[in-house]
Amino acid sequence: MGEPKHIDTERDIQILNSEKDPRTKKRFRTLFIFLLLCGIAIVYGVMVGSVSIPLKEVWGALFSTADTVEKQIVWDLRLPRLLTGLLVGACLAVSGALLQGVMRNPLADPGIIGVSAGAGLVAVIMMIIFPEYIHLLPLGAFLGALIATFTIYFIAWDGGISPLRMILAGVAINSLLGAVMSTVMILYSDRVQAVLPWLVGGLAGRSWPHFQIIWPYALIGLLLSIFAIKHANIMLLGDEVARLVGNKVERSRFFLILLATFLAGAAVSVAGLIGFVGLVVPHFVRMIVGNDYRFLLPISALAGAFLVAFADTVARSWFDPIELPVGILLAAIGAPFFLYLLRGGIKGWKMS
Amino acid sequence: MENVLVADQLAYRYTDTYCIQDFSISFNKGEMVSIIGSNGSGKSTVLRLLTRLLKSEKGTVFLEGKMINQMKEKDIAQKMTMLPQVNNHKLDLTVRDLVTHGRNPYLKWFEEPNAHHSTYIDWALSVTDLTKMQHRPLQALSGGERQRAWIAMSIAQTPNILILDEPTSYLDISHQLEVMELLEDLNRSLGMTIIMVLHDLNQAARYSDRIIAMKNGRVVRQGKPRDVYDDEFFREVFAIRASVHLDGDKPICTPTGLVKENKKSEWSNQKCL
Repeated sequence: MGEPKHIDTERDIQILNSEKDPRTKKRFRTLFIFLLLCGIAIVYGVMVGSVSIPLKEVWGALFSTADTVEKQIVWDLRLPRLLTGLLVGACLAVSGALLQGVMRNPLADPGIIGVSAGAGLVAVIMMIIFPEYIHLLPLGAFLGALIATFTIYFIAWDGGISPLRMILAGVAINSLLGAVMSTVMILYSDRVQAVLPWLVGGLAGRSWPHFQIIWPYALIGLLLSIFAIKHANIMLLGDEVARLVGNKVERSRFFLILLATFLAGAAVSVAGLIGFVGLVVPHFVRMIVGNDYRFLLPISALAGAFLVAFADTVARSWFDPIELPVGILLAAIGAPFFLYLLRGGIKGWKMS
Repeated sequence: MENVLVADQLAYRYTDTYCIQDFSISFNKGEMVSIIGSNGSGKSTVLRLLTRLLKSEKGTVFLEGKMINQMKEKDIAQKMTMLPQVNNHKLDLTVRDLVTHGRNPYLKWFEEPNAHHSTYIDWALSVTDLTKMQHRPLQALSGGERQRAWIAMSIAQTPNILILDEPTSYLDISHQLEVMELLEDLNRSLGMTIIMVLHDLNQAARYSDRIIAMKNGRVVRQGKPRDVYDDEFFREVFAIRASVHLDGDKPICTPTGLVKENKKSEWSNQKCL
């Protein structure tokens, strides 16, 4: 094994001599940056609002023993809402990252497999027709998401799941559910007002009860997604190669879709139909760290957590006196940003 | 001779006139075999049936004496693997990452490769002469190096049987020979049974113990290269004329022209039951 005959650039030398994957450093740096950003989002989220708390007093407001107004605001309102936002963002982003891998399609997101439509329909029905059961809304939305996804999965099943068929079935079922939802909203048009904030997605008024709904699901889902990493990476090799190295492709795909639905369902059940996080965040992270799920998944979780928590703080404080639902803000940032990725960076999408 | 892989009366149907039926074949332990035949003769289909990527409608494949459809996926992948024809060139992986996937058959669904597996990965990298390039992204490799990386992944599975679908297509001649010699070395030194589809008839003759020629979904001729390569063989299998001479005991053929005869495919006469 002689030395290569000619070496063109310093980068080549670096690559040749490196003892490790040359991207490792960058990946850990990105992980660290998003961890830091999450910390900043928490501190900033505690500080701003109708009563602003200066940076110096954040610690005191969080941990002083005295029962001040600041402490009440932080503990009763801002902190639970922030924590809920972090979990919602992490769940949505991980869900999207898993789906894009499983479907081998860059447009896959929790919406396409029916999570939004299923949860949305159940939520609309519960809020409009059965408002007396409103306390069961998160559970209903979660079940709606699961049922819609399973419907799509089994319609697309034909001795196996082809990702493309699943996406097409998703489009069909989504529009069907959308039609039913519109019908309900037209029939009860006097009550639609109550539903709209939920449909665009937001964290207004979310507090400890909501956090307590989402955290067990988020914890279980995020822990399980650690085990999904290996399977998602093997699926990137294509169905045939995955089978040839002994992976049960259909079973892996089923569990990854189930896990993605579970995560997205948990998120929408407390925050409504927040869009774009599951689509944009994994793409953005992928451009920086590549397709390797060992990094893509945890960094997407952090990036999604940061994005939702920070955007929610912005949405509730920058547009005083109105409080925007964070779903609107995310869509407003997400859509142009996605187009920007498309123009500049979609070649960074490395799956065929 | 011990038969490590036996196909017994397989059947697979694409359309009513295009099918494989009653297809039987067996492979001996430690053999290096080339399957040749014109495009559409069913070579790749047979490889897929052998590796359970396609499900045979009838018949059975026996892998080391066991019925393949009663074996676990991972047990199969420990004994036999295949390098499919077209691999995704855009995969965003380093060579070592790719080769690491070759250990998957030995891992439970929640397990990650440990130091014990690393020895096999290091071995696969060194056999394919990729140790120095192990941290390069696949995209930064030449075609030949990339093909070696895929072979490294396959042999990290430590299979007894390695199947390759056109492993040398799209490679320049020196890279072709590099791949063929690597395969020959794996065959000689480890006794790995190697089954490949090749298009280059001379390479098939040089590196194979046995040639299997397919046409219209059937095996039409098989045997030692010097026994099967003759005028009749080329006319029957490829509808060409070729002159054959011997280099040692290896035949070399030079095509000299097409055979002008009724070229209508016999597929159309075939009835798939």
